[in-house]
Amino acid sequence: MAQAKAAVIRSDLDIVIARTLARDTAKSLGFGAIDQARIATAVSELARNIFLYAGTGTVTVREIEKNGRKGIEIICEDQGPGISNVDLVMQDGYSTSRGMGMGLPGARRLMDEFYIHSQEGVGTTITCRKWRT
Amino acid sequence: MDSLRIPILKIGDVLIASIQVELHDASAVQFKDDLLQKIHDHKARGVIVDMTTVEVVDSFIGRLIADIASMAGLMGAQVVITGLQPAVAITLVELGLELGRARTALNLEKGLALMSRQTEESGDGAG
Repeated sequence: MAQAKAAVIRSDLDIVIARTLARDTAKSLGFGAIDQARIATAVSELARNIFLYAGTGTVTVREIEKNGRKGIEIICEDQGPGISNVDLVMQDGYSTSRGMGMGLPGARRLMDEFYIHSQEGVGTTITCRKWRT
Repeated sequence: MDSLRIPILKIGDVLIASIQVELHDASAVQFKDDLLQKIHDHKARGVIVDMTTVEVVDSFIGRLIADIASMAGLMGAQVVITGLQPAVAITLVELGLELGRARTALNLEKGLALMSRQTEESGDGAG
């Protein structure tokens, strides 16, 4: 199985690097054009969240397999302020900054699995997966 | 940092920009500022933004397009987005994004036709 690849997020340029990494990985795993766009867009939202709220963090992309099914897993980690109310940020339209409140719920809709683990003052880890059809 | 600039061309009183690079946030904001300034400088009645080669439109870029259309509208110019790929249209809807006042057309040719049609209807083609 292919090695995990990571992009460090420090600036808005790194958002492009992270989504390109996710897209290229998805393509190499045999995802179709539409799923490639979904995955790249979700990573773009998540990487922007890291940049806006935590300043820095990492996006790790790797190939996964379960019951003979291949997929892609994306882990976004930061040591930022954390999310005090995860349920609230997952609501459409909720935003604390310049976003439109589409970031997290939008990214969740584009992926098959989506998990947030966040602790105030410690950081946030978001793990999401998409499976090949 | 001096961000990458998207060329904006002028044909008559219409501006045309084709986005052929991966837009990062700063270059997208630069594009918005450049476009609004050029609408003013050239007294353009419309702008066509061709996105045929754009593969990812996230909420930031989507919101920026809607903003450009609103701002250009306030100045009296129309914005037509052309050539959105199927995958981009699908992800925009799944994200829950709309492009606001921006009109859309299948390609550049249809975008130009849409714009000239609307100018005729509004009856102020002389600008």
